[in-house]
Amino acid sequence: MSETIQARVLRVIATTQRLPLEKVRPDSTFEELGIDSMDSINILFDLESEFDIEIKDEDAKKIQTIREMIDGVTYLVDSKQKPQAATE
Amino acid sequence: MISALGLDQQQFWQALVNGQTGIGPIPQDVGPNPEMGMNQVRFKNGAAVLGYNAETYFSRKTLSFMDRFAQFSVIAAREAVTMAGIEWTEELRESTAIITGSCMGGRFTEEIGYWELFHHGRHRVHPLTIPLGMSNAGASHISMEFGLHGPAYTISTACSSSAHAIGNALWMVRSGAAPLAIAGGSEAPLFLGGLKAWEAMRVVSPDTCRPFSANRSGMILGEGGAMLVLEPLDRALARGAKPLAEIVGFGMSADACHVTQPSAEGAGKAIRGALRDGGLAPEQVGYINAHGTATEANDRMEAEAIHAIFGRNTTLPVSSTKSMHGHTLGAAGAIEAVATVLALRNGVLPPTANYMQPDPDCDLDVIPNQSRPVGAEVALSQSFAFGGLNAVLAFRAWH
Repeated sequence: MSETIQARVLRVIATTQRLPLEKVRPDSTFEELGIDSMDSINILFDLESEFDIEIKDEDAKKIQTIREMIDGVTYLVDSKQKPQAATE
Repeated sequence: MISALGLDQQQFWQALVNGQTGIGPIPQDVGPNPEMGMNQVRFKNGAAVLGYNAETYFSRKTLSFMDRFAQFSVIAAREAVTMAGIEWTEELRESTAIITGSCMGGRFTEEIGYWELFHHGRHRVHPLTIPLGMSNAGASHISMEFGLHGPAYTISTACSSSAHAIGNALWMVRSGAAPLAIAGGSEAPLFLGGLKAWEAMRVVSPDTCRPFSANRSGMILGEGGAMLVLEPLDRALARGAKPLAEIVGFGMSADACHVTQPSAEGAGKAIRGALRDGGLAPEQVGYINAHGTATEANDRMEAEAIHAIFGRNTTLPVSSTKSMHGHTLGAAGAIEAVATVLALRNGVLPPTANYMQPDPDCDLDVIPNQSRPVGAEVALSQSFAFGGLNAVLAFRAWH
C-alpha cells in the first residue's frame, strides 16, 4: 500500500525538524515538537516540494497545528487532482 | 537621499510630510533580462526608485563599474556633501572617514551573471562580477568620487547595517579618529532571486505596508540610499556651516536568542544604550522613528520595548516611515536617520501611513496617516535586524 498523505506529512515534518518519526503524531502540538514560526515556514516549504502544491501566505499564517497541516495538504492535493481527472 | 519618495531629500521630505507612499507595482523590467521578470513573484508591490536614469548621474564608463546599489550610495553622498558645504582640503581628503552599510551589496549584478551560468549553460560570467558585487563598493566609489584616503569600510548587519555605519561614524568623529565622516547606506534588492527569497519567508505584503495596524499584512521591500556628513559641532560652526541636527547617542546590542524572532530585551538594551551614550533621560525624547516593519513579530516586540523604557501609558509619538519608503534593508537605518533629522529640523513629525486599525498589542501614538506640526528636541531612530543585531541612534534638534 502506498504511503498515505498523513504519513508523508509526518515524515516531512520529522525530516525537516530532525526529529524521530515516532515522536511526530497528528495530534502533537507545535510546542511539544519545538516548532516556532520560522520552523513552520520551513516545513510548509518542504511540504510544497513533497506534494508539488502551493500554499498561500494567508493560509500559511493560520496554520497552528500538525492536524491543520495534514488537512490543508490533503485539500490541496485533492483540488490539484480534480481538474486533471476532468480532462481525461 | 534617493528613494521611492524621490531623487533627493527635498522630494523625500515633501512626501513624508504629505503622508504619500512610494509603494506600488515593482516595474516588470526590474532586471536587464526579461526572463528575470516580476511575473514569477507572488507579491507585486514594492517601493522602487522611479524616474531614475543612471546616465544623468554617471558617465557610461563609470557605470560599467557600478551596481545599482553603489550608484545610490554615491548619489546620496554627493547630495550630503553639497548640503554640508564641504570644501575639500588636502588634510580633509587624507583623513575623512567613509562608513557605509549594505545588506545585499551588488547581488543584483551577481544574479545576472549566475542566471547565464545556471540557466543558459554559459561557462563564464562578466569579469566585473566581483568588483560590482562586493558590498563595500559603495564606500569605494564614494572614496573615488571625492578623492578621500581616510578610513573607509562597510558594515553588513542586515536591516541595521547603515544605522551601525552612522553610529560607528559618530564614535570615530567624537573620539577624534576622523575630523569628518560620510556615513549611511544603500540597497538595491529588487531583483528576482532576492524577491523570491523574501517571498519564501512569507513576510511580504500582497498590498501595502501598515505598521502597527491590526490588519497589517507584512513588509514592503524598497530600494534607495542615504548619507549623512558628520563633523564635530565646533568645527562645523567655525566654518559657518548650519548643522541639520546634532547626533548625540548610539546604542547597539545582540538579542542572542533567535535568527528571525526579535527580542524586546535586546531592542530595549540598544535603546537604553543610545540614551546613555547621549546623556539623555527617556522623558527628553519627543519622537521615535520606529523600525516598524509591519510584521507582527517586529511591531509587537518594538511596542513592548518602547513601553518598557518610556512607560506603559506613554504618549510619546512613534511612527514608521517604512509605510512610505518601504523597507530598504541595509539602507533603512540611514534613510530613517534622515527622516528623523528632517523631522527635528522642520518641527514636523512624519506619520505612519496606510494605518487603519489600532492593534491592542501596539498601544502607541503612531501618528496615524497625517504628519503632525509638532517639534521635538530629541528623537531616536531604531533599527532591529534579522540575526538579532540592534542599533539605535539619538539626535537632538539644532536651533
